Amino acid sequence: MIYRETGQFKTSYAADQAVLRLREDRIGLAVILLLAYVAIPLLASEYWLSTIMLPFLIYALAALGLNILTGYAGQLSLGTGGFMATGAFAAYKLATAFPGLDFVVVLILSGAITAAVGVLFGLPSLRIKGFYLAVATLAAQFFLLWLYNKIPWFTNYSASGVISAPTRTALGIPVTGFEASVTAKYLFVLIVVTLLSLAAKNMTRLEVGRSWMAIRDMDIAAEIIGIRPLTAKLTAFAVSSFYCGIAGALWAFSHTGAVEALAFDIGVSFRVLFMIIIGGLGTILGNYLGAAFIVLLPIFLNNALLGLGMQEAVAMASHLEAMIMGALIVFFLIVEPHGLARLWQIGKEKLRKWPFPY
Amino acid sequence: MSTVEQRSAAVARRREIGEVVLAVENVELRFGGVTALADVSFDVRRGEIRAIIGPNGAGKSSMLNVINGFYQPQQGTIVWKGRRLRRMRPHFAAKSGIARTFQNIALFRGMTTLDNIMTGRILKMRASLLEQAVYFGRARREELEHRAFVEKIIDFLEIQHIRTTPVGKLPYGLQKRVELARALAMEPELLLLDEPMAGMNLEEKEDMVRFILDVNEEFGTTVILIEHDMGVVMDISDRVVVLDHGRLLADGTPDEVSRDPRVIEAYLGVVHD
Repeated sequence: MIYRETGQFKTSYAADQAVLRLREDRIGLAVILLLAYVAIPLLASEYWLSTIMLPFLIYALAALGLNILTGYAGQLSLGTGGFMATGAFAAYKLATAFPGLDFVVVLILSGAITAAVGVLFGLPSLRIKGFYLAVATLAAQFFLLWLYNKIPWFTNYSASGVISAPTRTALGIPVTGFEASVTAKYLFVLIVVTLLSLAAKNMTRLEVGRSWMAIRDMDIAAEIIGIRPLTAKLTAFAVSSFYCGIAGALWAFSHTGAVEALAFDIGVSFRVLFMIIIGGLGTILGNYLGAAFIVLLPIFLNNALLGLGMQEAVAMASHLEAMIMGALIVFFLIVEPHGLARLWQIGKEKLRKWPFPY
Repeated sequence: MSTVEQRSAAVARRREIGEVVLAVENVELRFGGVTALADVSFDVRRGEIRAIIGPNGAGKSSMLNVINGFYQPQQGTIVWKGRRLRRMRPHFAAKSGIARTFQNIALFRGMTTLDNIMTGRILKMRASLLEQAVYFGRARREELEHRAFVEKIIDFLEIQHIRTTPVGKLPYGLQKRVELARALAMEPELLLLDEPMAGMNLEEKEDMVRFILDVNEEFGTTVILIEHDMGVVMDISDRVVVLDHGRLLADGTPDEVSRDPRVIEAYLGVVHD
């Protein structure tokens, strides 16, 4: 009774084509945006912003990138970490070579560079599929990290290999490095994530998104109606890597403040893959739910275990945390293989009828 | 209305049958040692409904695959709209106006009916990736234009009620209809239908026959049809090709073909008295 389309008529295709067709959805999104842009920066502590909100947002962005490739276009990739590292190092090289450059430009350029690298490693997808492609992208992961580790040019010949991200400004406001306030970093990342999410939503519901899904669902039929598999797969790799590259650059510049290849190892690729599987393949909302699940749940579990009086056994708590986390992942995959986004979908269906059973 | 009555109504509004638009000449297709098609030639005239019949394994689907470029024949040529081609390519076929449906439905199962049909318009869309990302300018204009066109097809095939249903959840008969809708969204000149009525009940079959006739008459679309239901084939097609073991057995009007003794022997069965 609360959430339903009754009485909300559309009289033009333009209105019917809107992203949020229902008044309830628009109100819901407005509330979330208000929370994210006003309430959280005002109320949350620096600790919350820097250790919870920033990784959550950046992981959600990386998940968005991988979901475009794997969820929408059906190309399994384990190279997410490598592409994120590419974005981070591209941003570092650009920011140090052109110190006056606005950070927004740096981000866009490093995204573009990562997109080009992604297309290069996407070329095998034209001949191989599924697990075999996953192995090919795994090669990208290892090769790229090896490259950034071994070639000193990428780290500007720094001796330690760990370099701190310089402070850079967007529209005159410092948004990266030590001089930027945590709130400024948070808001900057939030704006980037909001805009890129909107762009992803648009792409996935229009022609390019349909050609990705067509390739995913039935590549033979896609070819028959005139979709070129080459173009569709490579645009998916390009857009996906663009997103991952920006996520990597933000991770290094806005979150950790250090540019290092080790921060983007294979574990990161797997984490992002878990996020999109748990959140929901082929959905936009799922990326946030998945990222929240993977980033927030361990923190919550850790605090809960400590709260239960396990202060003495910190090591024990972290083992328990890993076990509960694993059990929960298995549980969710059994209960809802289509991810948390699907649960939300089912919830909405129920809300339509509530309080009646049908 | 029975199919026979529809047929006579169709005859009354008889559409023009024009020049030869597609000719298949001496096509030979082999898979290893197996010959799927051997020296097959026939032509299709603009605006006609051309049926291909034959027992299982006769090479009917292979013929369609040669016509839209999936299979590469070892020998022979295809003349399509005056162009002689050594072989067709799927993308060129789609661009030059050949659409098809498959025997085992080839829809995009994870997408809604509307999205499936919209994919049929992809070749007509020009908006760049950037325009699509911001849903502005050409991207928005095209989306709305093509949506309006697709809605016409949805009305035409009477599938308004399943517009937003993922096609994986639809019953078989409706899936077949959505697949036809997707092919029609391409505004094809030549429509290849691979057993559009297989596995349907009588009512669904009658609907499908009505749609095929309507498409043929209203849009003037040329149709090549593979079908096992002899009643339907004899009723709606202008000319029939009969294949058997990859060879052309007979070619002619339904009447001629059904009286051909070789066809009767190989396919329709011999009456023993």
